[in-house]
Amino acid sequence: MSGLPNLLSWVTFLPLGTALFLMLGSLAATVAGARLPAQVWRGLGLGVSLLTFVLSLGLWLGHDPTNVEFQFVEYVPWIPQLGLHYFVGIDGIGLLLILLTTFLVPLVLIASWKEATPSPRAWVFFMLSLETGMIGTFAALNLLQFYLFWELVLVPMAFLIGIWGGPRRIHAALKFFLFTLLGSLLMLVGLLVVVHLHEVQFGHMNFDLVAGPGSKGTGLLQTVIPLAGAPWWQTQAWLFAAFALAFAIKVPIVPLHTWLPDAHVEAPTAGSVLLAAVLLKMGGYGFLRFAFPLFPVAATELAPLFLALALVGILYGSLVAMVQRDVKKLVAYTSVAHLGFVMLGLFAFNVEGLEGGILQMVNHGLSTGALFLMVGMLYERRHTRRIDEFGGIAKPMPVFAALFGVVVMSSIGLPALNGFVGEFLILLGLFQVHPAVAVPATFGVVLAAITMLWMMRRVLFGPVENPENRGLIDLGRREKAVVVALLVPIFWIGLHPETFLKRLHASVFELQRVMEERTAQSLATLPEAVGQGSSPAGRDLARASGEERH
Amino acid sequence: MTDLSQWSLLRWIPLLPLAAAVIHGLCLGLWRRRLPPLATILISCGSVGLSFLLSFVALLELTNLPPETRRLHDDLFTWIGTGSFSAEAALLLDPLSAVMILVVSGVGFLIHIYSIGYMAGDEREDAGFQRYFAYLNLFTFSMLVLVLADNLLLMFLGWEGVGLCSYLLVGFWYSDDWNAYCGSKAFIVNRLGDFGFLIGIFLLFWSLADAGRAVIAFEDIRAAFPAIAEQTVMLPGFLSWLPGAPEWRLATLIGLCFFLGAAGKSAQIPLYVWLPDAMAGPTPVSALIHAATMVTAGVYMVCRMGFLYAAAPGAQAVIAWVGVATALFAALIALAQSDIKKVLAYSTVSQLGLMFLAVGCGAFSAAMFHVVTHAFFKALLFLGAGAVILALHHEQDSDRMGGLARFLPTTHWSFLIGVLAIVGFPFTAGFFSKDEILLSARLTHLPGATWLYALALLSTALTALYMFRLYYRVFWGDCRVPRDRQSAIREPGLVVLAPLLVLAFLSFFGGWLGPAAALNPFPVDEANSNSLANFLAPALPEGTPHDIEAAQERGLAAWAMLVTALGFLVADLLYRRSPEPPARLRAALPWLHRLLEGRFYVDEGIDRALVRPTIGLSDRVLFRWIDQGLIDRVAVEGLASALRGLTLDMLRFAQSGLAQGYLFAMLLGSLALLGLLAW
Repeated sequence: MSGLPNLLSWVTFLPLGTALFLMLGSLAATVAGARLPAQVWRGLGLGVSLLTFVLSLGLWLGHDPTNVEFQFVEYVPWIPQLGLHYFVGIDGIGLLLILLTTFLVPLVLIASWKEATPSPRAWVFFMLSLETGMIGTFAALNLLQFYLFWELVLVPMAFLIGIWGGPRRIHAALKFFLFTLLGSLLMLVGLLVVVHLHEVQFGHMNFDLVAGPGSKGTGLLQTVIPLAGAPWWQTQAWLFAAFALAFAIKVPIVPLHTWLPDAHVEAPTAGSVLLAAVLLKMGGYGFLRFAFPLFPVAATELAPLFLALALVGILYGSLVAMVQRDVKKLVAYTSVAHLGFVMLGLFAFNVEGLEGGILQMVNHGLSTGALFLMVGMLYERRHTRRIDEFGGIAKPMPVFAALFGVVVMSSIGLPALNGFVGEFLILLGLFQVHPAVAVPATFGVVLAAITMLWMMRRVLFGPVENPENRGLIDLGRREKAVVVALLVPIFWIGLHPETFLKRLHASVFELQRVMEERTAQSLATLPEAVGQGSSPAGRDLARASGEERH
Repeated sequence: MTDLSQWSLLRWIPLLPLAAAVIHGLCLGLWRRRLPPLATILISCGSVGLSFLLSFVALLELTNLPPETRRLHDDLFTWIGTGSFSAEAALLLDPLSAVMILVVSGVGFLIHIYSIGYMAGDEREDAGFQRYFAYLNLFTFSMLVLVLADNLLLMFLGWEGVGLCSYLLVGFWYSDDWNAYCGSKAFIVNRLGDFGFLIGIFLLFWSLADAGRAVIAFEDIRAAFPAIAEQTVMLPGFLSWLPGAPEWRLATLIGLCFFLGAAGKSAQIPLYVWLPDAMAGPTPVSALIHAATMVTAGVYMVCRMGFLYAAAPGAQAVIAWVGVATALFAALIALAQSDIKKVLAYSTVSQLGLMFLAVGCGAFSAAMFHVVTHAFFKALLFLGAGAVILALHHEQDSDRMGGLARFLPTTHWSFLIGVLAIVGFPFTAGFFSKDEILLSARLTHLPGATWLYALALLSTALTALYMFRLYYRVFWGDCRVPRDRQSAIREPGLVVLAPLLVLAFLSFFGGWLGPAAALNPFPVDEANSNSLANFLAPALPEGTPHDIEAAQERGLAAWAMLVTALGFLVADLLYRRSPEPPARLRAALPWLHRLLEGRFYVDEGIDRALVRPTIGLSDRVLFRWIDQGLIDRVAVEGLASALRGLTLDMLRFAQSGLAQGYLFAMLLGSLALLGLLAW
């Protein structure tokens, strides 16, 4: 445990806490007849998010990469009779995703300095509560708490799209809201069943994932989840499916992805960036933190389905992206392809695949986040995102072109930039276990290049034919600063990924150990004959991850 | 790896050009301030020049060691390490990479100098001058990393890096849509090859890992390779039509994967299509990237992995046949092109084919020899063409040239030396290296060896034919430049001519780096002949045994000279005097001419068979029918309308606007559910 046990909670609640406090203050001010100017709101939002980022660097410094335990743990009874505790803690995976979040929120606030009209007050409020929701999701170790944060994220994002979005914003916000809500309701049911199983087995209610310090000594990860022989809704396959559906919608996995392009096209730039960079990662994180360790046998047995869908996502996403006429929609569909890579890495279940997949979640956040930001900068100038409206932009906007080029290269996985490291490790890991999937997936790298280069050629190069593009003003200081800030980790991960991979080794090791242990445990509950017949994949996993350790 | 072999100066060979590129990049990409041209020149040319000097020092350092231990390392840090995989950022200097860095930095330096003159016109506009040098420096860095990399992954970094620079430089004058198109095409076709490269890495790494040796550095792979050299793999069912299926040697499969990468970078059938279009870039770029260095990276990579190919005769046969087919095919196309750079581009494709023929036949050192001499004479030819293009104010069509020998004497003579070197005129650079390639085709035991040799001879003859055709059309006969512009044709300045002269010298004498003993008119002992091959020997696998009499070898060289002379004579008859004979030929065989001039309509075929159907499929079927139709309209909206009542409730609820209220309600709801379950 770390010396600063409260730091994680501070990072989590600082944004929302300040937001609520300011809301009250501003209500009081309104009552008193005063009105704070918009700049103050924006400044306060930025200040708080920057402070959160600085605090989260403390998490980085205090995190011990060799420790497999959760760190910065805080465990406070809430309704102990029901097994509800305020229980937070992070490992390397959560750490990276929290840092991604705290790093992006201030950048997004700077980038959207002009976008936040009308009502900067509400804008800042929603952004900050979104930040708390995202961090809380990555920190929660109590399942109900996780669920609450998961849903908390939904609300401000739906409002960001619904209020500040494009012409079809209500439709998009609703679609986003309902898609994710539908999935998460099933997850809630599944989660309650798991809690029920735990209660049957251990005699008390508990929502904690692992045993909290000083609790009765059990966590949901000790619950034996039957493979067969119980009512169907209590078996691993169905429970995994309930969780996986929620996560798969969030990721998104084809064919559950159609909310994403709509949401992106209608969302304001800041919303798009956070949606792509952080919200989608909640899906992948959910698999890693909950679905895999809770239901390892089902996860391995259903892996072929997810691998197939992820592969389809890569090829399909790239091909559909290629023919989009709206830049933002194009980037949105390439997200589907990128997240396909992430899923392939996770479902390879070996070290290379898992670490590559987690790193690629961060990479996608940076590259696609930067792409959405830069598309937003074009939109602010021309109020259109149609590719055929542009052409030859590199002439009036050379700095934009140079930076956009770097970001595109990072997105298509050029070595020395971040995307390559993730994609390479994913494909390397996947090739070991499923070469027949890895080969076509590798071809996806070619398709990604075609999509992005073709787009870049049509937007940046060629003659400036549209007179409206002739007088475009190049990036200003604020815009440059935001993009350059994003380029720092893009190069860092590309050139020295060890800094970040080092944080993952122990956590991935622990994940594999838990999966292996729980697989063995589940298989032991089966009669010998049934066990042999029904779950070869489980034993494969046990063997494969056993080999992984030297 | 012992510390004795650590040589920390090595890193500066690639890092100096990188530093220059970074300075330029920051100036232009961020601060939007351009440096004065003199500073640009000093930084760019200076860094590459220093790099060349260091490469020379490195060579001396290496030759100080006894031949068997000629290896120097420079380990920087662990780049990517996870699980059993670990790739270092580490450089390796052995004879093979030493030769390459000298060529890259040496020829690179000359071309940097030449570019000062060639790109002077871009100074006014758009910071083009400095942007150009930024890309060129970045290219030099990537290429040096490619050849110095001590493991496959770092080589891949350089490999993709040169591809990126090629993309940037081909599309350098981006305001013309065609240039941008050609740049993208180069990148994408290369990526197709890289797909093979990556699969090769995966396959090799996991095969070695299964054998207990999870390594990725070249020397380790070479040491561990015998463990898997004899393994076989079962091909999947849909590949059962392949020869030798269903069981293949693993080495053959890995070798073919890597060769796909090499074929992309080195423009072999079927991935050659990007190189002729890459001529859209500035001419010095064509000389450096698309003739002298980058396109030979594929040959270098196959030589680097030579130990693998030596154990994979199947892969060698494929390489040899693809090589010779490419050599012939490209030579045929070159016969009917009128754009001066296009002729040279197809000539490059053809010469690269010959190099692959050599590696396929196991003559790795012959291939490397040709890489070196080709770098000299092809850079010379391109720079000469560039001087002509510059003198004619960016005219590239040889239909509108002719008789330029009078106007551009220095350019003319150096170009002629280049032509002599490429056709293999006795004792010029190309003579010795091409002869070794032909010899290897004669000696190989691959299936169809006789045909390999015959086709290689034929392409040699064609080389003489198309090169002299080009030479006559540009420099002899009547001047077809409009009369009013003829007076303005002036030889370019010294900064352009000096590199030309240096390269002319190298093209003329460069063959003496390693003449075969049998062809050497000077009396030398065995130990001093084939010096380049001897130098390279520790880094390369043993090639085909050299069991041939000196007299026979001279006889083979005589054959080569004979067919070259034939090619020259035909060119002389047809193209020296008047435009009439070729016109008559064209009239007699119009279909042949159209086929050659149209480059066998390969690009059009690809467009129709692949590109358009893919776009059609993506747009109409995937996007409109499946995504928008099936998933969105049918499934999602169907479900939504089924749940309409619920939806409306939720909409009203969501719009009540109180996040806290919502949270609270959800908390209550979940607790209620929980209570029900616990009941």
